[in-house]
Amino acid sequence: MKELFSFRNPYFAAAFAITVIYFILSALAGLVVLPYAKGKVEFAGLWDAICSAAGLPLATPSSEPPPLPFKTSDAVLPSMTLAHPSQQSIGRGATLAQRCAICHGPTGISQADSPNLAGQYASVIYKQLLDFRSGARTNAVMSPFAANLSDQDIVDLAAYYAYLPRLPAYHPEPQIPLPHIVIYGAPLRGIAPCGSCHGSLDNKAGSPWLEGQSAVYIKAQLQALASGQRHNDINEQMRNIARAMTPEEIEQAARYYASQPPEVVKTTD
Amino acid sequence: MLANRRLILAHFWLSFAAFGIALVLGAWQMFVRSPLHTWLTDPEWYYRSLTAHGTVMAYVFPTLVAMGFGYAISESALEQRLIGVRWAWAGFWLVVAGAVMAMVPVALGRASVLYTFYPPLIGSPFYYIGIVLVVVGSWIWVALMSINLRGWRRTHPDTPVPLAMFAAVLGAYLWAWTAVGAALELLLQIIPVALGLKNTIDAGLARVFFSWTLHAIVYFWLIPTYIAYYVIVPRAIGGKVYSDTMARLAFILFLVVAMPIGIHHTFADPQVGSGFKFIHSAFTALVALPTLLTVFTICASVEIAGRLRGGRGLFGWLAALPWDNPIMLAVAFSFVLLGFGGAGGLINMSYQLNTSVHNTQWITGHFHLIFGGAIVIMYFAIAYDLWPHLTGRALPDLRLLRTQLWLWFVGMIVTTFPWHWVGILGMPRRMAYFDFTDPALSPEAMPVILSVIGAMILLASGILFLYILARAQAMPATDAGPYRFSEAVHPPVVLPLALNSYAIWVALMIGLTVTNYGYPIAVLAVRHDTSVAAVRVGAK
Repeated sequence: MKELFSFRNPYFAAAFAITVIYFILSALAGLVVLPYAKGKVEFAGLWDAICSAAGLPLATPSSEPPPLPFKTSDAVLPSMTLAHPSQQSIGRGATLAQRCAICHGPTGISQADSPNLAGQYASVIYKQLLDFRSGARTNAVMSPFAANLSDQDIVDLAAYYAYLPRLPAYHPEPQIPLPHIVIYGAPLRGIAPCGSCHGSLDNKAGSPWLEGQSAVYIKAQLQALASGQRHNDINEQMRNIARAMTPEEIEQAARYYASQPPEVVKTTD
Repeated sequence: MLANRRLILAHFWLSFAAFGIALVLGAWQMFVRSPLHTWLTDPEWYYRSLTAHGTVMAYVFPTLVAMGFGYAISESALEQRLIGVRWAWAGFWLVVAGAVMAMVPVALGRASVLYTFYPPLIGSPFYYIGIVLVVVGSWIWVALMSINLRGWRRTHPDTPVPLAMFAAVLGAYLWAWTAVGAALELLLQIIPVALGLKNTIDAGLARVFFSWTLHAIVYFWLIPTYIAYYVIVPRAIGGKVYSDTMARLAFILFLVVAMPIGIHHTFADPQVGSGFKFIHSAFTALVALPTLLTVFTICASVEIAGRLRGGRGLFGWLAALPWDNPIMLAVAFSFVLLGFGGAGGLINMSYQLNTSVHNTQWITGHFHLIFGGAIVIMYFAIAYDLWPHLTGRALPDLRLLRTQLWLWFVGMIVTTFPWHWVGILGMPRRMAYFDFTDPALSPEAMPVILSVIGAMILLASGILFLYILARAQAMPATDAGPYRFSEAVHPPVVLPLALNSYAIWVALMIGLTVTNYGYPIAVLAVRHDTSVAAVRVGAK
C-alpha cells in the first residue's frame, strides 16, 4: 500500500498531479473567471465573486421581494391537526355551525348560491376559515363571521363539515358532457385540468371537491381570482389558471361541476 | 467453468423478463402521447406507466445483468467456483423482493413520482424501501465480487488479474460508491417524509444527492457493455485485444471520472452555484477519454481479426470481417449508436448548449440512444454469447439473432432521431399529451409518429429476443466447452501494481467526490431555509 501511494510510483504521481491541476484550473475558471465574464453583476471584490459562483446566497437589499399590497394566506396545515377528529370536536363543530346554517344550509347544502359544505375536505374548510379570519380572503358577509373564531373553533367546524354526508345539491341540472377544460385543461396556455386537483382525476391537499356546487358561486370565484380580487392562493396557482381561462371555459367548468352529483368524487379513504 | 449456472441464469431471466414488461409499457407510452391516440382522460395512468418503465429499466434490468454477468466472469475468468453462493442467492432474492415491493404501489398509483423520484413529490414508502432493497441486494454482489477476487489473489499472488475480472470488480466498486448518493437521498430525505415523520423536504439537496448517482449509474450500466467489447468481441470474431493496458486504463478512467460530474444534470437548478456547475461540466468532458480510448482499441482489435481473416489494404479488412456473426453485428451497431449518442452527450454536458435542450425530449432521446441503443444491444450480445454455456444448448438459427439485432438497431434510430429533433423544436419531457393541432406544435406531429413506429419495431425486436432465449432452452443439448475470454496481442505477464489493483483509483474517486460535491452538499445541508412542503401523490 505504501509503495502504491508514493510519489515514486509514476502512476500515482501522474494521476494525482493531473487530477489536482485539472481541478485547480476548472475551479479557477468556474469560480473566478466565469463570474466576471458574465459582466452583469458588480462584485465588491474577488471573494464576493467566488462566493457568488460557489452558490453562497448573498443577502443584498435588492434581493428582498417588494411588499405585497394585500395580505396573503399564512395558513399552515400540520399533518396531525385534522386527522382523526374526536366526537367532541365534531359535536362542538355542529353547535358552532348553527351560525353558518343561514347561508350554508342546516345540512350543509346551500340554497343561496353559497358553497355546499357537507362532506367537504376538512383541510379546505380549515384553510378558508383561517384565511377569512386573517383577512387573506375577504367577503362582506363571511369575514365578520370568521373574525372571532378561535383556532379550536376552526378545527371543530372543519371536522363537523367533513363528517357530514355528501348530499345531492339543490342545483340539479341535466348531465352535460365533460368539458375539455375539466378533463384536459389547456396545455398550451399552462392550464392544468380542473380535475387534476379538484377530484375526478386526482386531489391535491387544500383543493375542494366541486361537484354540485352552485354554478354562480364557482363562476364568481373564478372571476374574482382572475381579477385578483381574491388572492389567498399563496403560489397564485388558481389566479394564474383563472386569468388564462376564457369566459366560455369559466362558464363550462362552472356549469359542469354544478351538474354533477357528489357521489362521483374520487376518494382514497 | 460455470459451476453456478442456475444462479446466473436466474439473474438473466428475471432481468430480461422485467425488461420485456417495461418495454411494452414504453411502447404504450410512445403511442398514447402521439397524435395517433386521443388524449388520455386520466394522465395519471401515463405517469404510473412511466414510473414503472423507468424503475424497471434503470434499476432492475441493468443491475441484474451486471450481477449475472459479474458472477459468470468471476467463475470463468478466475477459474474458481464462486465463493459465497448462498449470499449470491440472498442478494438475488433481495432484488426480487425489492422489485416487487416497489412495483406494487406503482401499479396501484400510489407512487407515480417517476424513477428519479422528483422531490418534493412523495409517494408510498414501500416504493422507496423496495428500491433500497434492490440496491442492498446489489451491494451483496459488490461484496462478493471483491471477496472472490481476494480469494483468487491469495492463490495467485503477483499474477495479473484477468482483464474481464479486473473490469467487473471495478464496475462493482463504481456502483457501490455511486449508489451512495441515491441511498442518502432516500434514507435521509425522502423515506422519513414518506413515512409521515416529516412534512417538509429539502428538494434541492435531494436533487444534488440524486445527481451523485444519476450520472455514474449510466457508467455502471455501461461497464458490462465495455467488458463485452474487450473480452467477448475479439474472441467471437477471431481477433485479439489490441492492448490490455489501454483497456485497463480506460476502465480506470471510468472509475475516477464517472462520479464527480453529476451536477451537469442540474444545470437548470438554482440551488447549485454556477462555479460548481462549470467544474462538473469540465470534468464531464473527461469521460469522453475512456470512450475514445475504447473506440480506438476495439477498432484496432477488430482490424486484427479482419487482417487475420485475409483482409488487405486500407479498408479491405472491413469486408473480410465475419458480418454473419451476431456479435460482430452487435458491436458495429453499438458503435454507431454510441457515436451519435456520445455526440449528443457532448451537447448536454456543455454548460451553454445545455440550456437549449434541458428538459426537452432531446434528453429522453439521448439516454434512450445511449442506454437502450449502445448499451442494451451489447446486453443482447452478452446473452447470446453466454446462453449456450448457461443452458448447455445451442442457440436457434443465427438468422433469427441477426434479424433481432437489425430490428433493434433500426428501431432505435427511428425512435430516437426524431425524438432528438422534436426536443430541438422545444417539446418538453414528461407530458402525458400534447395539443398537436396547435400551429406551434403541429410540426412535431410527424416526427412523433415516426418515433412511435420506431417504438413498435423495438417492441417486435424485444419480443423476438425473449423468444430466441426461450426457444434455446428447448434446443438439443450440446457441449459449449469452457467459457473463455479474448486474449491480448501481448498478454500481460507482469503488471505494475497500479494497473492490477484499485486503491489509488478508488481513493481518487472518493477524493474528487469530496472536492466536487462537498461544498454544494454542505452549504445546502447547513441552511435551514431550503425546505419545502412535501406534495404527496394520491393523498387527500
